[in-house]
Formats: sequence, C-alpha cells, structure tokens
Amino acid sequence: MRRVVGTRVLGGVVPLGAALVAFLFGAVMILALGANPLDGLVAMVDGAFGTPDRLATTMVRAAPLLLVGAGITVAFRSRVVNIGGEGQIVIGALLGTAIALTIPDTPKILLLPIVLLAGMVGGAFWGAIPGVLKAYAAVNEILSTIMLNLVAIQVMNVLLRGPMIDPAELEGSRIPQTQRLTDNAALPILVPGTRFHLGIVIAIAAALTVWVVLWRTPLGFRLRAVGYNPDAARASGISVERSIVTAMAISGSLSGLAGAVLVFGSESLRMVTDGSSVGFTGSAGFNGIVAALFGGLHPLWTIPSSFLFGSLLTGANNLQRALQIPAPLAIALNGIIVIFVVSSGRVRHLIEDRMLREKGGLPHSHETTDDVAVTGEV
Amino acid sequence: MRDLFTLSVLVSTVAAGIRLATPYLLAALGETIGQRSGVLNLGVDGVMLLSAFGSYYVVLRTENLWYGFLAGAVIGLLMGVVYGVITVVFEAEQGISGIGIFLFGLGFSDLLFEELVGTPTPLKVRLEEVAIPGLGSIPYVGDAIFQHNPLTYLAFALVPIVTLVLFKTTFGMNVRAVGENPQAADSLGVSVAGVRFIAILIGNTMAGLAGMALSLGLGIFQPNLTQGLGFIAVALVYFGAWRSRGVMVGALLYGIVASLVLQLKTRGIIPLEASDLGAMAPAVLTIVALVVLARRIEAPAALARPFSRH
Repeated sequence: MRRVVGTRVLGGVVPLGAALVAFLFGAVMILALGANPLDGLVAMVDGAFGTPDRLATTMVRAAPLLLVGAGITVAFRSRVVNIGGEGQIVIGALLGTAIALTIPDTPKILLLPIVLLAGMVGGAFWGAIPGVLKAYAAVNEILSTIMLNLVAIQVMNVLLRGPMIDPAELEGSRIPQTQRLTDNAALPILVPGTRFHLGIVIAIAAALTVWVVLWRTPLGFRLRAVGYNPDAARASGISVERSIVTAMAISGSLSGLAGAVLVFGSESLRMVTDGSSVGFTGSAGFNGIVAALFGGLHPLWTIPSSFLFGSLLTGANNLQRALQIPAPLAIALNGIIVIFVVSSGRVRHLIEDRMLREKGGLPHSHETTDDVAVTGEV
Repeated sequence: MRDLFTLSVLVSTVAAGIRLATPYLLAALGETIGQRSGVLNLGVDGVMLLSAFGSYYVVLRTENLWYGFLAGAVIGLLMGVVYGVITVVFEAEQGISGIGIFLFGLGFSDLLFEELVGTPTPLKVRLEEVAIPGLGSIPYVGDAIFQHNPLTYLAFALVPIVTLVLFKTTFGMNVRAVGENPQAADSLGVSVAGVRFIAILIGNTMAGLAGMALSLGLGIFQPNLTQGLGFIAVALVYFGAWRSRGVMVGALLYGIVASLVLQLKTRGIIPLEASDLGAMAPAVLTIVALVVLARRIEAPAALARPFSRH
C-alpha cells in the first residue's frame, strides 16, 4: 500500500509510453500504405481539431465512449468484466427509440428526459442479465456479455426490419431504419452551427457522478470492496451477489444512455443499422473499454482519454478523405493501444522494483492502491 | 412444411450443417488446447478475420489454394507469437488483451481489404468438395458425410487427435498440468511459459485455419466476415467442457441449427424477417447451456491467471 512519489508518476507515464509506441505502429502502417506519416498526423489533427465544427464532431464521437467508459470503470472496479457495451448500447437505443415513436407529441421538456431514461433502463436491464447469471448461476460474464451482444444485434435487426421500420422504406429499398424521429426527442444543439449537443454535457456529468458514487458513497465503497477482495467483503457482511448485479446494471445503464445519445444526437435523428455488428454503435461498446483502460479505470481520467479516442476516430475519417487511407485504421490502432497498455503493467512493475531497490525501500511491493485485479474469473 | 422432411432435403441440411460447423470446430479445438494450458484467448475472432483475409487475398492474386492455405496458417502462427508475448512474457490480463487482438484484427483486415481489394470479388478457385473414395458413393450417407472440402475432413480428424495429444502424450500432460496447477508443474521442472507458449501457437494456428475455412469455403471476403463466430467458438469450449468430443457436438449443433434456419428460409416456411431470430438462436442456446453447465463442469483451475515465478 505504501507508495513513493516516483511510482505515482510512473502509473501515468508507462501507459502514455505504451500509447506512443502504439502510435509509432500507426505511423509505420501509414508509411506502408504509401503516405508520409507526418502528412498523416497533420491530416488527423486537422480532421479532429481543425475547425470549430470538427472539434464539435470530435466531442460528439467522444461522448458515447465516455459514457460507456464511465460504466466500464464501475464494472471493472467491482471485478466484473463487462464486454457487453455493444449490446447494452443497442438495447438502450431501441427502447428510447420505441418510446419516441410511440408518444411523439409529448412536449420536449418531458419527452427528452423520458427517452434518455429509457435508454438507461434498457441498458441496465441488458447489463443486469449477465450480472444475475454471474452472481447466482456462476456463469462467466465475459462469455455471457459477448453472447448478449450477438443477441442484441439480432433483436435490432428484427425490429428495424419489421415493426420499427420507416413506412416509406417498406415500398422503397427496405433499408433497416426508423422514420425520422420527433424533434421533441432531439438533443438540443448548444453551440449553433456545430454538432455540439447536450449529450456531451450529459456524458461529462455522468463521469463526474460515477466518480462521486464510487469514492464518496457507501454503495461505491461496497462495490470497490467487492472488487478489491470479494472474500473480505463477504466476511464484513457485504452481499457480493447483489454488488455484482448492481455494478453490471449501473455499467449497462451508462452504455444504454450512450445508445440513446447516439440516436437522439444524430444528424439524421433516426436509428439505422446496416445489419452488421458494428453498423449502429461504431464499436463504441468496445472502444469505450479502451478509453476506460487508458484512463486507468478512473472516471475522471476517462474524460480526456475518451476525448483522445474520439479525436482518433474523427482524425481517421479525415485521413481517408485527405490521403485515401482507409478509416478502419483507427479501430486497428485502438486494438494495438489496448495490447500495449495491458502489457505495460509488467514493465511498470519491473521499473518500480528497480526504483524501490535503489532507494533501499521495499524489496518486493507490487501493491499499489490503484491497481485493480481485473482477472477473468472463470 | 411437408417437403422439408424428404430424404434429399434432410441430406442437404446435414451436409450444409457439417460444412458450417467447420470454422467453429477448428477454432474451438485450438482454443481448447490453449485453455487447457490456462490461457484464455478472446482474440480468436480477430485472428480468424486476419487469416480469412490473408488467405483470400493470396488466392485472389495467385489462384493457388496451397499458397492461400500457407498464408492462413502462417498468419495464425504469427498472431500466436504476438499473443504469446503479450500473455506469457508480459503476463498481461488475458480477457482484455484478447479484446485488443480482436479490435486489431477487425480494423486491420478491414483496412487491408479496402486498400488492396475494395469491393468483394469472388475467387475463381475455392475449396472444392472431395468425395472420399468408396464411402462417398454410399447413398444419402455419402452425400451428407463424405462429400466435403478438405478442411472439413481435417477439422473432424483433429477431434480424436486433440484428445490423444492432451491425454496420451507428455506434452498434453504438461499442458494440463500448467493449466491446473502451474506452481506444482514449475516445481517439477516443467517450463510453464514454454508449454503455454506452444499451446498458444497451436491454438492460434488453428484459429487461422478456421478463418481460412470460412473465406476459402465461401470464396469471398468482406469486412467483418466472421460476425462474431470466433467469440462463439470460445464459448463452445465451455459448452464442450474442455473436451474435444463435447466441442465437436457443440459445433455440429451450431452448424445444423444454422443450416436448418437456412433451409426454412429458402423454402419460405418462415418469413425472411424471422431469419434474424434464427441467427439469434446459437447465442441464446449458448447462454442457456452456460447456465445449465456452469456449476457442473470444472474449468482448468489456472485458466486466465498469468503465471509469475516471483
């Protein structure tokens, strides 16, 4: 538990170093695709921050990552590996959309909170399922959340091709999408002339709330206690089962909210799928995990981290426009960043050991208060 | 409904089911070996995508299936080296690093496809069905079981081979030992890192073969070709209780359910919209199976736990 100042700094430096190495990989890939990596960097920075509109778009892309990421910190800190962000986003978005389709004439002041809340309820429900299965039936949550992602996508396909399809599409090309939803449910634009909408503020507020809940409330204490040592938590009278379900429901509700923000903050104001697993969410359920990990599983650090990954996504789009480098580069880079960041833990420990030995301090201390044992309990 | 139950429809449903089971089986058998050694690899889907694209692209350019076969296997092997370094050398958390591998595979295969090919182009040569001499001409049974492409035969031949290797060889014994109790194995002089690394190499190479079976079997590639197939393969290992025969039963169940849905759809017995519900069946089936089995089966004790000697 004792730490020297050096290791505190190290905790931030090593993941950053890992990300830098990952970006070097990106540079090599751009080079291999026949473009100058410096031009690539310029195109990406320009695409992400070049104009107020682009900056706003970057934040719009970051908002769902932040919401999912904030939820991930709750789950992972409670030792539940929630890989189900994708499914929770989809179900949240579907429930919010269904309500907006059912009661479109409700005044905005009521309807907007209702659809956002519906998103949270949908996501919480979809997240609670693997929570219950883990707590009471010993089902590995990594597997169940992944399976529920696949199920959610098919539910979406069925609904958007059938009951929820835009009536105009029935005669037309049958694109699986809803009609344009009521403006009463649209997230208001806060900066005129850009896409900067209320969802960004909501995402930041959600991250702050998660921080307060985790570190300033009895509930947060229980969740973190379960995450830190479930046996000790149980011995002190905390219900580990209930904590697991709660953590998954909170985590899912934030992903579901991300789904609602994706729909009601979209320019077309409709829910649309291409029938594939990445069509609607843009992999936000996975990229949110990346953002949370990069933020050290801390809700506040997840804010800048999500912003960074949002800019990576908008930057990659510009890379495609400016240099004809396919935008999936961003997804590949995210993968590399995850790999480097999770691998850097051991590098950090090795450096820590050496520093501590040189100071004549503790010979072997791998414990730091911020370390979370996210083990794939199976 | 009646024409569903004719013998020829039944034969073609079973045949298609066996064909569809092939990528699941190859990937899940590989994952079985890895998990038996204590390593969870969630990146199977990503490895499959990379190999699927690699072998597709090589065959598209050379029109030589052997080169495609080589490409698919080598890509799987290389990804095994990468995953081994991440999980064995750097002792990284396995669930999350697998997601990293998945994202890399998803993004990179898409990137390469858009850069090098652009629009889905069917291959001129693809894996052809080969009838096994003699057996292939048995009425009905021959058509259903002995008329498949070579990778399907390989996948099913590997079922007893994996069992033999795991339970009758020294290597297999070491794999199971480091998966159950790495400290004890280590104290007996078994190299935990070495055994796990080799198990990872085998598992990833087989994931590579699975991806290749998919793209070369279909004769085409498109972004995210696997649609989560690799994740289901991981679940199949749990479904099959870490035994190759159980894994095979699971893979066959998946393949035959999928081909049945396909039959029902093409015959207009269920509406086109409902086919998405059919596509949902495997995942729901897996969740149910996990609930039923979770408390009855025992996973390798050290699964997903990095081993460190200090």
